[in-house]
Amino acid sequence: MSDKEHAPANEPKQPPRQSWLSRNHRYIETNAFLLLVFAFVAVSIGGAVQIVPLFYLDNTIEKVEGMRPYSPLELTGRDIYVREGCYTCHSQMIRTMLDEQERYGHYSLAAESMYDHPFQWGSKRTGPDLARVGGRYSDAWHVAHFHNPRDLVPESVMPAYPWLAQTQVDSDQVQATMRANGRAGVPYTDEMIDAAKADFRAQADPDNGDVEGLLERYPKAVARNFDTQPGVTELDAVIAYLQMLGTLVDFSTYTPEASR
Amino acid sequence: MLDGVKIAAFGLGALMFAIATNWGHDQAYRVHALLLTALCAAGFVWSIRTAGARQPVNVESSYMDGPIRYGVVATAFWAIVGFLMGTLIAFQLAYPDLNLGLPWTSFGRLRPLHTSAVIFAFGGNGLIATSFYVVQRTCATRLWGGNAAWFVFWGYNLFIVLAATGYVLGSTQSLEYAEPEWYADLWLTIVWVVYLAIYLGTLVKRKEPHIYVANWFYLSFIITVALLHVVNNLAVPVSIWSSASVALWPGVQGAMIQWWYGHNAVAFFLTVPFLAMMYYFVPKQANRPVYSYRLSIIHFWSLIFLYIWAGPHHLHYTALPDWAQILGMVMSIILWMPSWGGAINGLMTLQGAWDKLRTDPILRMMVVALAFYTMATFEGPMMSIRAVNSLSHYTDWTIGHVHSGVLGFNGLLTSAALYYLVPRLWKRERLYSLSLVSWHFWLATIGIVLYASSMWIAGITQGLMWREVDSLGFLVNSFADTVAAMHPMYVIRALGGVLYLTGGLIMAWNLWKTVMSEPLRAETVPAE
Repeated sequence: MSDKEHAPANEPKQPPRQSWLSRNHRYIETNAFLLLVFAFVAVSIGGAVQIVPLFYLDNTIEKVEGMRPYSPLELTGRDIYVREGCYTCHSQMIRTMLDEQERYGHYSLAAESMYDHPFQWGSKRTGPDLARVGGRYSDAWHVAHFHNPRDLVPESVMPAYPWLAQTQVDSDQVQATMRANGRAGVPYTDEMIDAAKADFRAQADPDNGDVEGLLERYPKAVARNFDTQPGVTELDAVIAYLQMLGTLVDFSTYTPEASR
Repeated sequence: MLDGVKIAAFGLGALMFAIATNWGHDQAYRVHALLLTALCAAGFVWSIRTAGARQPVNVESSYMDGPIRYGVVATAFWAIVGFLMGTLIAFQLAYPDLNLGLPWTSFGRLRPLHTSAVIFAFGGNGLIATSFYVVQRTCATRLWGGNAAWFVFWGYNLFIVLAATGYVLGSTQSLEYAEPEWYADLWLTIVWVVYLAIYLGTLVKRKEPHIYVANWFYLSFIITVALLHVVNNLAVPVSIWSSASVALWPGVQGAMIQWWYGHNAVAFFLTVPFLAMMYYFVPKQANRPVYSYRLSIIHFWSLIFLYIWAGPHHLHYTALPDWAQILGMVMSIILWMPSWGGAINGLMTLQGAWDKLRTDPILRMMVVALAFYTMATFEGPMMSIRAVNSLSHYTDWTIGHVHSGVLGFNGLLTSAALYYLVPRLWKRERLYSLSLVSWHFWLATIGIVLYASSMWIAGITQGLMWREVDSLGFLVNSFADTVAAMHPMYVIRALGGVLYLTGGLIMAWNLWKTVMSEPLRAETVPAE
């Protein structure tokens, strides 16, 4: 195993070839570019067939009444949800099975994540699904739960998030974030972007803001001082986001498309 | 001339990143800019000090093994980091107080650190190093592109550092296994294109008439990962002074693209190039030719063609249209055959050499890796069946499945390749200790068995508890009940992780002692 090791004669080689397959395959395996092109074609087909139609089919691009872009405070809360990696343990996708609908509510529609860039469906439920968590628990419950989940749910293995309540969050970046969402296809209007900073404050401090304007731009938005502390904390933003999840579509009037 | 360009580029880079450090909006961005400022400043000093130095001439006569040696060290280092992180977060799930109430140590930030460290840092460095080794030996030529191979090594590891520190500081785009933010993604794209160029260039200038089968697998890994990476990571940055971005793809389309990416990270990062490793290292270690040339052709093309379809099995019963789910399921089941084609070709290569398993712990490790591959590629198609998936999805069964593949197949095969490579790359007579290899092997194997079996039980238990209804049709268990039932299994899983980590530490020690041992003899023989 010394110098001979490096001699190509000792390297594995193809055995002699006779069959139809090996006679013809040699054209590919003696030309690196041909190999590259064939391999690229082979791996391109599947993805194209599965992905491209989703941009045209009715039930993946349908608009459902009630869906609207996130309000500035909700969008900020969503960014914190992403930052903390909540998606590693919580799904936001209720499957069509009976027990899931019993536990979490109506199955999730494609339209309900149409303004999510990216989607937060998740892949693991170490904790429960959050697609319809909005309105299920009080703000006070969320405040206590984020401070230490085991105070409320002794079996929980969720980390405590005490820093959310202690960190003030400003709206410096929210207009840029909304504009970037706009470039990715979310229908934020100029009016929404101009009013973003005011809406951001109004939603967490409704006594001193134009809540009517907020609700006109973002119907069903929940405006409260979520954590009861002065100022806007990260906890305010996250709870504002959680409290709206799954509440936009009114399932008492919604009729699903037959073409699922 | 080139020296002048280098000095100017590093100087300009240092200045630019210093400005970015000052103007950055978020912590991750500022830390990254500061890190890059320091690296550019170091590069500036280094390029001034080495300016005008003679380049060694006529290096074409030997293989380029420098970046491979560095790659081997990086592989072993990131292995320990990845296993350690995995063990830590496994204990966090059993004992949540271990999250410490701090942002940087909470599960949600460390879990991507664990997955990226294992897949991209440990796996990726192992793949780049072995691919450079294999392509030179099987093409009988030096790597194309001169120092570009060094750029790939350092560039790729810079990407890893940007990704890992980003997660801890809260910079993520929340796409599983594609969490790094936009500038890290752009950087990786550049590195990857250079990697492709080196690989293709080396294949083109080969001295062997045929391209050896391992290289088909490595090449399709490189191009497909490029395709997946670019499409899934398309995003609109919020600002050039911020690490945040908005993913281009919305909701259901984004979900399909993410799992097209995600499943093919398993396929084209964790399977295809590891089969390339198998096609080189198993025949070499067993000293037998590959079992069937024809089988390798058939299973190569069918594997890469079929794998790309399997993504939708991650989205059963979701808002993805049913036709796409069923297509994904059918293709996943068909995929069983080419997967086993590869496994059979690897295992049957030992025909006539099975007795070596008794005496050669490295070969034993390779064979058990292939056995885990065989099991995982049966379990996978089974779990892609909609009825099975309705139970297994969202549970720890999936986690167990992935780990029997990654710990069993990828982990053991890469370790065996490292045991093969280190004595050869450092020109040592043999490994420091074969009995330590046996210790590593048994600790790792028992660790995997504990891991996989506890996660099967946890997953199936939780899946059944979620759907259990009483005679009146009401749910029996609250979600919290099902979490409490997981606790003993989480403890066993974490202990399995400890065993696997211990095996990894033994490997690192063994490799270190090998490198530190006496060289074989003075280098008098030219490599070619």
